[in-house]
Amino acid sequence: MSDELTQRVIKVIATTKRIPLESVTIESAFVQLGIDSMDAVEILFAMENEFDISIPDDEVRSVRNIRQMCEGVERLLLAKSAGAKALE
Amino acid sequence: MQRVAITGVGAISALGRDVAEFAHALSQGRSGIAPIESTDTSQLRFQNGAEVKGYSHVPYFDDRRADFMDRFAQFAVIAAREAVADSGVAWTPELRETAAIITGSCVGGQNTEDIGFHEVYKLGHNRVHPLTIPKTMANAGASHISMEFGITGPSFTISTACSSAAHAIGQAYWMVRSGATGLAITGGSEAPFSFGILKAWEAMRVVSPETCRPFSKDRRGMILGEGSAMLVLEPWDAARARGARIHAEIVGFGMSADAGHITQPSAEGAARAMRSALRDASLAPEQIAYINAHGTATPANDPTETAAIRAVFGAHAGRLAVSSTKSMHGHALGASAALECLATVLALRDGILPPTANYSQPDPECDLDVIPNHARAAQVEYALSNSFAFGGLNAVLVLRAAP
Repeated sequence: MSDELTQRVIKVIATTKRIPLESVTIESAFVQLGIDSMDAVEILFAMENEFDISIPDDEVRSVRNIRQMCEGVERLLLAKSAGAKALE
Repeated sequence: MQRVAITGVGAISALGRDVAEFAHALSQGRSGIAPIESTDTSQLRFQNGAEVKGYSHVPYFDDRRADFMDRFAQFAVIAAREAVADSGVAWTPELRETAAIITGSCVGGQNTEDIGFHEVYKLGHNRVHPLTIPKTMANAGASHISMEFGITGPSFTISTACSSAAHAIGQAYWMVRSGATGLAITGGSEAPFSFGILKAWEAMRVVSPETCRPFSKDRRGMILGEGSAMLVLEPWDAARARGARIHAEIVGFGMSADAGHITQPSAEGAARAMRSALRDASLAPEQIAYINAHGTATPANDPTETAAIRAVFGAHAGRLAVSSTKSMHGHALGASAALECLATVLALRDGILPPTANYSQPDPECDLDVIPNHARAAQVEYALSNSFAFGGLNAVLVLRAAP
């Protein structure tokens, strides 16, 4: 997982939740950051816009922290580029 | 204080075009949930809804009248016509002048608004249809009912999301009870199957990709519904005096606000609404035998509602029968509480408790007797109908079987 991707994910979360960027790290759990279910839905919306991906409900049910979020986004980005290559 | 009788009932929903069809479906545990037909769902994460299948205004309204009415207002008038006819009320000039109309609606004429906004935003046209405003306004249902019957008394609409119709019926109940009006037509109507609204629900990630399974471990969210239910309320003695058929009695109404989170439900807030309703009815918790639950089948609602019921009823919670009829008529938002109040009235009247349909797996967090899948014959005297809205605004009605 690249640092750049991690930083983008962290920035989306900090911006959406309106908390200082430095308060969010890859080790942060959502519950520590005070992220509730409606915050999470907003963060997913912002993440979909940031990375131009669609995040299925089933993918997010078990996501509880920033690392899992980064891994999930990376997986969807890889699937997207694989799909784009397949079309070439 | 007057006792308040329900002397007329009307309904149009995914379960049928009238109360008889609605009652039959509930007694059979038959769900009206099916693939959505009125809107293209190819760009949606969910495909199912509880629609009034194959609806057309033609048997109900002439074309020119229908031009002035969004689908949700048409539903309101259709249900009100059935309820008024069922009540057998004889209109006098005095009754028309004092009768009240109180309706609930959450989103109003969304189909109309969607078309208008599509015109300007997507198609780049420079104008929208001039009836967009009067068709979209949430009070259009109440207004068209007033015009239908020439009622000139107090008429208004309450909008409290999923509790709208419960707040409306509760207010009408209190107005009849206090003597402020001698007759009320009350309920709710909704028609939320516009593409824009469906997209907004999709974004909240609370709609099930399959069906609605309240209280079941494998529940995956709510299913949207549409339709209307209306009731005619009258003072008990006046109803008796004119020989009206009394379907059931409303004996209490309670409300509360969570003052917590805009979407996360609170067991505490829900419990306060139930307690307030019981207090209004002067009943002990042990006197209640059936609860028509809010029961949305979202991960959050059902355990919270279970905890609230346990908090209010204590050991008696284990003896309560509780079901969510949203599993059959869907979540019709501002009409939902009216459909559910009607389902409760029918349960008391007919001695058949409606089931929670689509139930497959027990959930330890929802460990109530939820009447899984099959209706149950039981003569019950007192029942609750629960409604807990987004925004934390809760409303609970208490009903009693007519002798």
